[in-house]
Order: sequence, then structure tokens, then C-alpha cells
Amino acid sequence: MSTRLPKEIAEQVVTIAELAREEGLDFFQTIFELLDADQINQIAAYGGFPQRYPHWRFGMEYERLRKSHSYGLSRIYEMVINNDPCYAYLLNDNAMVDHKTVIAHVYAHCDFFKNNIWFQHTNRKMMDEMANHATRVRRYIDRHGFEEVERFIDVCLSIEDLIDPYSPFMRRTPMEHPHTADRQRGVENGITRYPAKGYMDRFINPPETIQAQRKKLHAEKARERRVEPVKPLRDVLLYMIENAPLEDWQADVLAIIREEAYYYAPQGQTKIMNEGWATYWHSHLMTRYCLRDDELITYCDHHSGTVASAPGRLNPYKIGLELLRDIEYRWNTGRYGKEWEELDDVEKRRNWGKDKNPMPRVKGKESPGREKIFQVRKIHNDVTFIDEFLTPEFVDRHNLYHYRYDPTTGRMVVVNRDFDKIKRQLLFSLSNHGRPYIYVVDGNYANRGELYLAHKHNGVDLQIKYAVETLKNLHKIWGRPVHLQARIDDEMVLFSYDGHQSNQQTITEDLPKPAHDV
Amino acid sequence: MVLKIHKDHQRFRQIVKGRIRDDLRRFLTRGELIGKEGKHLVSIPVRGIDTPTFRYGENDDGGVGQGNAKAGDAVGPPDGEGIGPGGTEPGQHIMEVDITLDELADILGEELKLPRIKPKGKHQLTSTKDRYSGIRQSGPESLRHFKRTFRRALRRQIITGTYNPDRPRIVFERRDKIYRSWRTVLQPQSNAVIIYMMDVSGSMGDDQKEVVRLEAFWIDAWLRRNYQGIESRYIVHDVRAAEVDRHTFFHLREDGGTKISSAFKCARDLIEARYASDEWNIYLFHFSDGDNSSESDNRECCRILQDQLLPRVNMFGYCQVASAYGSGNFINVLHEHFSQNESVITSRVNSKEDIYDSIKAFFTPGK
Repeated sequence: MSTRLPKEIAEQVVTIAELAREEGLDFFQTIFELLDADQINQIAAYGGFPQRYPHWRFGMEYERLRKSHSYGLSRIYEMVINNDPCYAYLLNDNAMVDHKTVIAHVYAHCDFFKNNIWFQHTNRKMMDEMANHATRVRRYIDRHGFEEVERFIDVCLSIEDLIDPYSPFMRRTPMEHPHTADRQRGVENGITRYPAKGYMDRFINPPETIQAQRKKLHAEKARERRVEPVKPLRDVLLYMIENAPLEDWQADVLAIIREEAYYYAPQGQTKIMNEGWATYWHSHLMTRYCLRDDELITYCDHHSGTVASAPGRLNPYKIGLELLRDIEYRWNTGRYGKEWEELDDVEKRRNWGKDKNPMPRVKGKESPGREKIFQVRKIHNDVTFIDEFLTPEFVDRHNLYHYRYDPTTGRMVVVNRDFDKIKRQLLFSLSNHGRPYIYVVDGNYANRGELYLAHKHNGVDLQIKYAVETLKNLHKIWGRPVHLQARIDDEMVLFSYDGHQSNQQTITEDLPKPAHDV
Repeated sequence: MVLKIHKDHQRFRQIVKGRIRDDLRRFLTRGELIGKEGKHLVSIPVRGIDTPTFRYGENDDGGVGQGNAKAGDAVGPPDGEGIGPGGTEPGQHIMEVDITLDELADILGEELKLPRIKPKGKHQLTSTKDRYSGIRQSGPESLRHFKRTFRRALRRQIITGTYNPDRPRIVFERRDKIYRSWRTVLQPQSNAVIIYMMDVSGSMGDDQKEVVRLEAFWIDAWLRRNYQGIESRYIVHDVRAAEVDRHTFFHLREDGGTKISSAFKCARDLIEARYASDEWNIYLFHFSDGDNSSESDNRECCRILQDQLLPRVNMFGYCQVASAYGSGNFINVLHEHFSQNESVITSRVNSKEDIYDSIKAFFTPGK
């Protein structure tokens, strides 16, 4: 796999790295490799890694990539792995100008991986970890048979995305230290006993009260023991690993899938920002420093291809790039802060700052705008990024529109260019990566050891067919009947699968309640 | 370089073939495959390859796009890359997979449990032949591929900077060496001809022809998989018979009565003129609605079949297509006279759905 780079490319790798560092980018050491199209396709099919555990879906992805490559539909220009050191791949039949663009693009990605907080809990030795996963799965295959393991992986992939992307940031509540106030009051084992002289104790801490407290505590504890999980959980995978009756190897396979899902999650959460950031910097570095005259046309052609938008589709490269440029411009021209935010008059917003003394034109390195976007790349993800920085002016300038299904024509049609609607729609599609929110709300439903999941409805119903099939797979892991509560056409419905047949019923008062609501 | 992904890819293809097998009945009724042959790739939609997950269903709220569209303009369907949950486009879980018609024929054979055909005649041996068609990284020195090995060594030396253009000396290392590798191919030696006969009398309508086309297509696909260099001949008849080309065969429409014996005679003459039965595997297929003109012609047919055709052919397949008119009696005549004869196989096809069973009936004996 390891190929030494040709001299010209190796030189560019060094030159561009220096330029990028001067501009303030801060990245892991980055290793570039030059591969042919087939090798690139393999790595792309493996999600960026040189090896993964054996599974047919990688083969499926490979076939798709190879086909679209050979038909000339798409071309993978760059690929980079979030790892320390970062690995990035160059396609060997690209022209030099493409290599330069890609190298600049990749350094910005590496900077993003290293500095964006949503990536801070990802495993930076994932290259090794993936190889270990492959080895572990191969060992299970040797021991339990190919089809057995494959079948189990298929089942697990059904719930692969049921993780909680925020959980890496949560800290388990630290060991309970009795509060000082409690200690003064003498709370011990949850029972309050006020300090008192021996002869007064009977009056200050009446035995009945102590007894009542003890009883209440007992009841609470008993209830807590029965209620499982303690609160609704989004990390269904973890709950399965900890509670489903799995064999060791199965639990390990599930853990592997979960770990990989968490590794990839931040990339899904920051697609627009990450690509926008990388495009911003390749554009900046190329046009400012690296382009030779004879490369200009090719560069423009390929760059415009990267940021082109097709109808009905938002190009994350384009939106990310333009939003970052917009932020830089706004912060350089003072278009921010309470006063600006609250200004509703379009005309006044446009002429912002013109009535005051002309401000010195600031831009580029060390300008407030540049500093702002560095801060943005550190603390935001796509949802907060859009929420905070999408402005009506931006929507107007970039011709964003809202489209929806038109039942009369059976097509998607443009509805309008309403800012609030567009923003809401964008945020919705970015929340949880466009996937529904599913919670474990009861692991011992109706005291029968059945699993009860709930969909938290926020505007769009679940697709029933897929939900029913997913439940079947879930049953293969859980082993006992599984239920899913979902709102379909404004009615609460309970989907169930008991291992033999699927069932669907409207939720009424008669049904036992799960431990929690979402 | 052998890629690791090939194993996963192989496995994926295997799964796809399994799915196609499960859905074979449906594929057999698909008209658009007609005209493909051998190594042609055919696109086949495969269901249920994807993994079920919890996902959003119909999204009435649409999504966000970018461009100069006015309100009311249609936008292209958003797909995977788009922002905004999709789900409005139909059939997103169906995936198109390319496979060759040969592979499809193999699947057909496996699913219908069709035995490989045992060719008759003096050339009945299939010869095996080693064909040097690939390369690999290990092998005997005698098979070393000099040119490729040299090229790799040269490349390595240039890359590592040890190549000296003034003194171009290339030294092979172990990892440079490339060897020829071979594949053993089966070469069926026998010759085969399929003679299709079709009744084009007034009672055979377009629907019937469509069924015949499909049936003939699958017969063709399976036999071609079993023989190399198979020939096809086409005969149409009403009261007279004539040999025609493939296109005419499938598109010709005549009015008039039916005299099946005319086709049999025509086939007999063709065989006598071109296909000596000790050298050729001959397959006769006759498609008709079974509405022959007279009893006497029925007798004539049986006589020709018995004395002149059956001794020469591997099989005679009669496929009776249901028609709105006519008695469809000919199949009964055949049953009456040839129920003991294994070379005569009949099947009724009332609709496209019956093709599956019909093919199975024809080829299960493996002749």
C-alpha cells in the first residue's frame, strides 16, 4: 500500500503545509499516498480505511463506486482519514493542479479534525483500531462460521445509527459526596437526623419520622431497581450490549459496530462545515499562492464543479464555503451584535456602517472576520452553524428555496423562498443526521422482559415498512418481544414483534405503560 | 495488485444472485431482456439488498434547494447526497445490478435444478483447455511473465532512485516477479441447432406472440449456456411453412388456417439438408395454440414426427399457448401418441407466469 510520492508531489506537500501553517491552520502530521482509481475505490468503499472486517456491504459500495467511475459519473478526488497522523489519498491520474488543490483541501480537513470540539473524543488511532476490528471479526468467523457472523452483522447494522452522538461528552455523575448542608443536618444513608443531645433526640428526631423516611427510601429503591433504564436512552446499541442475552462474540461485534458508528458520527454532524472549511482554504491557498498561470483554467473548472449545485439538492461544499465567507465579511464590517441582529429594515442592514465614519477596510489574516471563522470551526457543528449564521440576506443572495412534494403533479416543486421555513427545514434535515430519534424507554416492559422503544416525533412520521423490518432484526438481538411506539398520522401506535408475527395496534388506556415517556 | 475488497465484492455478487434466484419467476416475465445474449450485461433491479433501519417516511415538508427556480417549478428528485430527508421518490430501496446473461442463465439452471445437457453424437466429449488468461504473484519460473516483471522492476528502481540511465541494469527482486496464470475452460465440442416453429395463423394474437418470444428467449439463453456456437433456425407456418429470420419470426402476423404438418415437413427438409443427426444436437420447439385444421393433418403430423423427426432430434418441445379461439386439441393428440416417448415434451403456457414451469418441464430431463 505504501508508495513513495513522486518528487514533484512530495515538494508540493511540504510547500503547501508551510503556507497553510502560516495562515494559521493547525493540523496533525499528514501522510499522503498516491493510489490508482481501483485502490481509491476500495478505500472509499471501506469508509476511508485500508482495511475493514469482511462484509458484503463494502463490496456493494465498491461496485457502485467502480461503476460510476467507469461511466465517468463521479470521480473521487480526495479522501482523508481523521487519525493522528492523518492519512490522505491522491488519485494517480489526476493532474498536478488537482493534486495541489487536494493537498490544500486535505490540510484544512486535518485542521478541522484536530480542532473542532465535536471530534475531540474520536479515536485518533482509528487506523489501528479498524485493523484490530477486522482481526477480531475474522477470528469470530474462523470460530463460528462465516454465515453466522455475517448474519449477525447484518442484524446489527439495522440499529447501527441508534447511538447518542452527545454521549461522548457526558460525564457520569461523580461519586456522591454528601452535601455540606446535608452533613450539617446529618443526612446519612438518605435519612435526615438532626444533631441533638441524647435526651432530646427522641423529640428532635421522632422515631416515627425516621421510620417513615426509611420506608419511603426503601420503596423508592425498589421502584428504581425495577425501572430499567433509569431514564430514556438514545444509545440503543449500548443498552443492547449491556442487557441483551448475547454471546461474548456477539457482544463484541456489536461493540465494534458501535465504536465505528461513534467514530463516524462527528463527520456526519459537521459535513457542511468541514467541507466548507476545506473548500475555503483550498480556494484561498490556490488562488493566493499555488496556482501557476497555465493551471488557472483547469483549476477554475474543477473548483466550480466542486461547488456546483443541482436542483433539489444543497451542495455542502457550496453552502459551507459561502457561509464562512459571509461570516468573515460580516465580522470584518461590524455586521453583528445585538443592534444588528435586531435591525429588521433590509435597507438599513444593507447600508450598515455607511453612516458612520468609514471603517478601514480590513480583511485577510488577523482580521476580526478571519478570527471569527477560526472560532466557528472550533466550536460549531452543522446544526448550530446554520442556526447561528444563516441570515435572510444570505438566503436571498444564494437563491435558496424551499421545495415540497406536490400531490397534483407527483413531483417536487419549489414552494417559496421564506427564510424561516428554509431555516427550519435545513435544521430539521441536519438534526441527528436526518434520522429519527429513537429511545429505549423500558427494558422490562409490563414486567415481561420485553423491550420498549419510542420514537420522539418532531414533524415527520416513521416509515412503517422499514420500522417493522427493523423490529424483526432487533428481536434477533434482544431475544424477547420488542415494541416500538410511534406517532403515525397523529395517532399513537404500538408496533410489536414477538418472533413469530408483527403486530400493530393503537395505543389506548388499556395497554400497560412503559417506564418512561419521551 | 489483488485488492482485499474483492472478497467482499464476490460475496456481494453471491448475495445478489441469491436474490435474483428468489425472484426468478418475476424476471422470466420481463420482456426487455429480449435481444441480449451471452456476455451482454443486463441490468436487473434487485429488491431488499439494503438493511432496514428506522427512518423517516413520506416527508410532506420537502427540503431546501438552491437555484434560480420560481415557485411552482419542479425540481429534480433529491437523492442520497441531498439535504433533506428523502423518501418521496418511489422504490429507493431497489438497486440495479449488472450481470451477464450467462450468469442469469446459470441462475435459471440452478433454480430450476436443470441438469447440464448431455450432448450426443460423436463429439460428445467436452474438452478442457488451459487458457493463460491472467497473472499472479507466484508460480513456477518457467511461467514468469518477463515483460511485466521487467516493467515492475524498472518502475521500482526508478521510484527508489536506483535506476541509472547511463548503465541501465535491471535487477529483479522477489516482489517484482509476475507469473502467468491459467484458467481451465470447458469447451463443449458439440454442435447444436435449435429450430423454432411457430404457428402464425389468425388465432395467434399479440399476447400469444409475446409469450412465445419470452419462452423462446429463455430456451435460447439456457441452450446457449450449454453449447458453444449454437445455431437457431426459425420457421413460421399457417397452412404453408417457410423459414424466416429471427425478426420476422417474432413479428410476422398472418391470417388463415393452420396446418401443423407443413411446419414439420419444413423442419424435416431443413434437417436433412443441413444438420446430419450424428453430428448435431437438434432441438425442435413448436409453439402453437393447438388448433390444427383437420384430424387428417393431426395424423400426418404424428407420422412425420414418429418416423422422420424424432429419430434425429434430442428433443421435441411443444408449447401450447392458450388462445381465445380454437380447441387447442393438438396437445392431446401428442399425448395420445407419444406419452411413452421421452423425447416429446409438452407444456401449456396460459400466461407469462407459466414460462417458469414450462422451461422446467422442457429441460429437466437434461437432453
